[in-house]
Amino acid sequence: MTDTNRERRRTRETAFYLFTQQSLPACKPVLTPGWVITIFLCMGLIFIPVGLVTLRASHSVVEIVDRYDIECVPEPFRIDKISYIQDDSIPKNCSRFMKVHKYMKAPIYIYYQLDNYYQNHRRYVKSRSDKQLLHGRKYHDTSSCQPVELNDGQPIVPCGLIAWSLFNDSFTFIRERAELKVNRKNIAWKSDRDHKFGKSVRPFNFQNGTLIGGGKLNPKIPLSDQEDLIVWMRTSALPSFRKLYGRIEEDLDADDVIVVNLINNYNTYSFGGKKKLVLSTSNWLGGKNDFLGHACVVIGSSSLILAIVFTLLHLKYRRPYGDTSYLPWNRKSLSG
Amino acid sequence: MAAATSRRRKVGKIRWSNLYSFACLRPSTSEERPAGREVLGQPGFSRVVFCNETHLHKKKPYKYPYNNISTTKYNVLTFLPRALFEQFRRVANFYFLLAAVFSLFSLAPFSRASLIAPLVFVVGISMLKEAVEDWHRFLQDLDVNNRTVKTHRSNGVFEDKSWKELRVGDVVKVNKDEYFPSDLLLLSSSYEDGVCYVETMNLDGETNLKIKRCLEACLCLNEDKEFSRFKAIVRCEDPNPNLYTFVGNLEFKKESHPLSPSQLLLRDSKLRNTDYIYGVVIFSGHDTKAVRNSTRSPSKRSRIERKMDHIIYILFSMLVLVSLVSSIGSSMFMKHDMVDWWYLRLPDDSNSEEDDDRFFNPSKPVKSAVLQFIRALILYGYLIPISLYVSIEVVKVLQTMLINKDIELYDEVTCKSVQARTSNLNEELGQVEMILSDKTGTLTCNQMEFRKCSIAGISYGGDITEVDLAASMRMNADFEPFEFSMEETERATRSFELYEFSVSGFSAQNGNARLSKTEEPVIKGFNFRDDRLMNKNWIHGTNLSDITMFFRVMALCHTGIPIEDDNHKTGKLSYEAESPEEVSFLIASQEFGFQFFRRTQSLMVLKEFDPSSMREVEREYKLQNLLEFSSSRKRMSVIVSNEDGQIFLLCKGADSIIFDRLDDNGRTYEQATALHLSSYAEDGFRTLAFAYREIEAGEYERWNTIFTQAKATIGPEREELLEQASEMIEKDLILLGVVAVEDKLQKGVPECIDKLAQAGLKIWLLTGDKRETAINIGFACSLLRQDMMQFHLSLSREAESNNEVKAMEEEILQQIRSSYKLLSEEGNNEAPYGLIIDGKALEIALRGDIKDEFLQLAVNCASVICCRVSPKQKALITRLVKQYTGRTTLAIGDGANDVGMIQEADIGVGISGMEGMQAVMASDFSLPQFRFLERLLIVHGHWCYQRISKMVLYFVYKNVAFGLTLFYYELYTSFSGEVLYDDWYMTMFNVMLTSLPVIALGVLEQDVSSDICLQFPALYQQGPRNVHFSWSRIVGWLLNGMVTSLVIFLANIYILSPTALQQNGFVADIGSLGAITYTCIIWTVNCQIALFTSHFTWIQHLSIWGSIILWYIFLLAYGALPPNLSGNAFQVLIEVIGPTPLYWTITMLVVIVSLLPYFVHIVIQRSFYPMDDHIIQEMEKCLKKDDVRDNQMWLREQRNSQMSTHVGFSARVEAKVVSFSQQMQQKKVSIYRSVTNSPIYRSITRTPFS
Repeated sequence: MTDTNRERRRTRETAFYLFTQQSLPACKPVLTPGWVITIFLCMGLIFIPVGLVTLRASHSVVEIVDRYDIECVPEPFRIDKISYIQDDSIPKNCSRFMKVHKYMKAPIYIYYQLDNYYQNHRRYVKSRSDKQLLHGRKYHDTSSCQPVELNDGQPIVPCGLIAWSLFNDSFTFIRERAELKVNRKNIAWKSDRDHKFGKSVRPFNFQNGTLIGGGKLNPKIPLSDQEDLIVWMRTSALPSFRKLYGRIEEDLDADDVIVVNLINNYNTYSFGGKKKLVLSTSNWLGGKNDFLGHACVVIGSSSLILAIVFTLLHLKYRRPYGDTSYLPWNRKSLSG
Repeated sequence: MAAATSRRRKVGKIRWSNLYSFACLRPSTSEERPAGREVLGQPGFSRVVFCNETHLHKKKPYKYPYNNISTTKYNVLTFLPRALFEQFRRVANFYFLLAAVFSLFSLAPFSRASLIAPLVFVVGISMLKEAVEDWHRFLQDLDVNNRTVKTHRSNGVFEDKSWKELRVGDVVKVNKDEYFPSDLLLLSSSYEDGVCYVETMNLDGETNLKIKRCLEACLCLNEDKEFSRFKAIVRCEDPNPNLYTFVGNLEFKKESHPLSPSQLLLRDSKLRNTDYIYGVVIFSGHDTKAVRNSTRSPSKRSRIERKMDHIIYILFSMLVLVSLVSSIGSSMFMKHDMVDWWYLRLPDDSNSEEDDDRFFNPSKPVKSAVLQFIRALILYGYLIPISLYVSIEVVKVLQTMLINKDIELYDEVTCKSVQARTSNLNEELGQVEMILSDKTGTLTCNQMEFRKCSIAGISYGGDITEVDLAASMRMNADFEPFEFSMEETERATRSFELYEFSVSGFSAQNGNARLSKTEEPVIKGFNFRDDRLMNKNWIHGTNLSDITMFFRVMALCHTGIPIEDDNHKTGKLSYEAESPEEVSFLIASQEFGFQFFRRTQSLMVLKEFDPSSMREVEREYKLQNLLEFSSSRKRMSVIVSNEDGQIFLLCKGADSIIFDRLDDNGRTYEQATALHLSSYAEDGFRTLAFAYREIEAGEYERWNTIFTQAKATIGPEREELLEQASEMIEKDLILLGVVAVEDKLQKGVPECIDKLAQAGLKIWLLTGDKRETAINIGFACSLLRQDMMQFHLSLSREAESNNEVKAMEEEILQQIRSSYKLLSEEGNNEAPYGLIIDGKALEIALRGDIKDEFLQLAVNCASVICCRVSPKQKALITRLVKQYTGRTTLAIGDGANDVGMIQEADIGVGISGMEGMQAVMASDFSLPQFRFLERLLIVHGHWCYQRISKMVLYFVYKNVAFGLTLFYYELYTSFSGEVLYDDWYMTMFNVMLTSLPVIALGVLEQDVSSDICLQFPALYQQGPRNVHFSWSRIVGWLLNGMVTSLVIFLANIYILSPTALQQNGFVADIGSLGAITYTCIIWTVNCQIALFTSHFTWIQHLSIWGSIILWYIFLLAYGALPPNLSGNAFQVLIEVIGPTPLYWTITMLVVIVSLLPYFVHIVIQRSFYPMDDHIIQEMEKCLKKDDVRDNQMWLREQRNSQMSTHVGFSARVEAKVVSFSQQMQQKKVSIYRSVTNSPIYRSITRTPFS
């Protein structure tokens, strides 16, 4: 009898029983002034150092930005830049000088930056065929590539607007008459090269139509090695973006002057986009970006201020913990 | 079986109808010829039933339905279309259906699967729930349909047949206490004169038995074998819902006999006091009057759900607004800028044939804009919480399960527990402001108990009322400094006796003024304890002759008959009588030694205990006359002569009536008895006064001739003559005493009402009973109390008889106005008021023009009791109260007469403990006992209200926070409709990544534990005041969601663009930016719910932190899929964002910043404007070290929280304490005066000074 009772008792106390009786052991945190002050202080003490560290990291990055889209149009053509850029007969060569104001440690990343360029436009983003990029002409259903799908009844590889509008300015860098070696390998994510772009897929029928968008591709090289294309095909999220062009694997000293010989092919003039060339080092935090550091510092310090304000308020309008006079029935009797 | 038949024979000897009459119960129409006999055979009266020839009913035109009933909403075929239709009537579901349809036409910005899958899931779950609920209804029907009844097969053999197989024309035999399986025509009964008694409580709620009588022609059919050759044809009216009419005739033995309602036994009524009846099925299944009367229960929606609709509309308008902005923006961009974006190769006039991009066609800007608008509607659909409905359904089902499983809501007596029959009203339980309660079967168990009596001026059975007891106990706690004892000379010192009494009793109680429940009486109907009377000790009493006479009245003045029970070894009998009161008297007199054990037509035999010989003797009393009880006479008398030839008139009746008829010599005990009477009445006992008179033989003879003459009169003046005759003899009575019977309350009812009153709920009592009974129960339940001002609204007799509506209205209005004036004049809330109104007056008061004034008065009274109300009026008053006050009402009842009220109220509760399922079937919740209402409302209601409102608010927040980031991103994509996140991230958002924590919140959140809910019922007020779901809260959470979305989005784009993400110089593309932003959202919304939750069990922890971890797992798994499936998300976590320190820093920063506004808000609220549950949480926390319950402060607060009520046991105790202390104060003053005025005192005091 007693055994069965005990048995029953034990089963009663199983988790399921406690669950159905809604009496599972629970932790019921109550926000006390002590906790509040501690939390604010902790936030302050975490965010200010983090902010300072990130700011420091951001400041250690050296970045040179040079906008060249206007300067690189010869004086006489500046009235009508669009016809200049569309006229293939005019050479597009251009030279820019960039002064290194601070020592830059290799690797130095070369980016081109486009502003007001909507790579994230829905029509644009959708206009590609991942399967074709991987499997080549074997893959036929490329309707998503509209309107750059077929040319003269032949499929285009790689199809779609993104590939068609491939960026095709090119840059060479000369320091003190010696050409700086630019490494243009490994500028794309490895997974893209290995899994998204076919190793045996070669460009076909590309840029053969009446309308030619951007750069052309060497039909001999498989897509997986066309890293410019791979980088370009990773569409950017915002209308102002940078894309990696290559790496300079030599240190640059302060006051070095670098001559950039570029070919200004790409048309941003018709829609008022800007083109910039960016040289930047990087560190563990990536590129130069002060926003994160500033935000952390601001949040950290405002937490500290809140902690202080709350402490003062608490001292002035102290409400005793669990003070019963705040209960509604007591308050009612006080007021009425 | 043998015992039963022998008993039947014994009973059968008496012709009940001759012995005494049920004149007041007999339907008045029985005398009249059925008016519509000529119409038989006409349309509406075309039914023909061939009794005992069911085969004739197998083909048309006599094919009537089988006797099975079905209350299910769907059947196998209709389920799919109807349930789907129900689902898509919801705006949100319809919207998602449209979205899914559009996705089939490539209009949607998402993939098809990601739009259709959640919709199928959501609708599927809801339909599953519907199916399960309907299945339960089906099982219930099955249970009813499978009950069996003895049915005639052939050759006089009766066999069990299930109800559903019964056909029209079947002859059935129904035994005592069984329900009639369908509408039957009564053929004969176990009584020789063919009467039977029927309880119709389930139909009209009347507790008294109705008498039904078979046709004279059928009386011979009283044996099974008689039916082998029985054949008859019934022609009668078609099925209709009218309970009180029946027209038809019976062709039997080539003669036609008219039928009236008194031959019709209705389904859902019950055979009582009759061993068996034979009947033939006339209406079956859905043709029965009971089923025709039942209406399908309306589907009810809770207040929160209705408000939720408004929130959905707000979100919809937000959706339409942002969609408009998007589509207009898109076309503006297209017209002015996009045409220059050569890289898009927008279709223009030259190539518009080959390129049919309908969304971006500058030559057709309007069409493009419209299409963009549709796309945007779908795109921002995340603003509408698709999973809200399904989550709420899931949560409610789980809540329902928890309510059903609550062990505290399990009744061990009936082995039933609380059943939430619909799950969509859980949160409404937390917002109830008014309870409309039925009396019989709900508050009381329809069982009378003999409790006290006052014989010859001495009260037996305990003096102290429970209120006094509790009050003195409280006084003891509160007034300790006043400890002084007084001499017990004066009558006013009664309270001090009590006070002393309480000292001993105090230690047993834990200081909390709770009712001490006396243990259940051993004998049913007899709960009396007093050694002076028990065990024949009354023989030592002083007024022995009066005491004996008192017991004789009790044993003789009634209409009951003794029944030999199975336990005849003890020599105790049980009794059957017209009313349970009489049964309790008979049982009591048996206990006292006056056993009524035999009755014949003219003889009543008692086994009396003779005090002189100390032996039991058998005495025969010849029953000379019986002056029956009627509601106008309010008394009944018997005239008996004993063996010595003495003639006595024994009378019992209402105290006022008896007191008026006393002889001057008979008033010896009047004063003392009156005092006892008032104390009994205060306790809610029903009282009856006993008196007697000895009549000289001559006087009797003279009177008897008059009486016999009156009896023989036929015609309308008969009643009047009889009354006059009775009047002549029922005078010059000698008062013996009074008895108090308790209309036994169900277990725990007073405590429950007390708690509910403290929680701020108003309780209205709606009963079909007469006013006195209703008031008694009002006292017993503490709805009324002695010091309460009572307003009685009723029609005067002349107005009633004139039946002029105008005058009646005028009269009622007058009463209402004067009462209201009184009420508002007094002004102070201290004085409590009770309103008592009867059915007739109510009918007038609820008419259009004066209903507002009436309701205003009623709402301002502390308690309202409506007596003599019909089921229809119950429903009407429920509806009007609901409409007029706009408050949430809860109706509770147990019988079919409460069905209207139960269906009309916001929440209908049925009592399932008693028999009869009508109320339960119509109800939303069924309780085995009334007392469970306390826990159901105060604990579960409070919790569910809080849970559901928190849940909805959080849903709003979560979806706004997520949905708006989609919109912000549009601003950066020239409104082209591109989405930052992968389709499957978004699908996962509502389905998996954020759904579990909110379900855990909805099921398990508790602000305070159940004990504390019960200890501080005032916490319940949060629901009626709707603090958790007010518009300010809703808007607050909307704003919170907007802030969160803004923080998340801006922080991400400013930090991640356009510079490098990692040391390797790679930059973030659309895929990685999306994944990072999405991570921030998942973290933020899940941490927000962690901040919102106040009760963490391991389930909450698991669901919240598990959801966050699940996101990473999902990202990992999704990224591991081949790139043609995972697209941009391919290896995004491993390769791109995982190794990025920036990613983790951003997550931390964004989560903290976006939660900061809410955190600051709760900090300020907690610290400076705390709510009551906050304080109680704190109190609980800081008292945790020592035991909370014993702490002084805890108890004090508990009591403080209870102050604001006028009804309920505690309130009565409170009032009593006040009056006691006033008495004590007066006493002190008077002692002081008497002392100070005494010459000795004066001399003493004077001396020192002089």
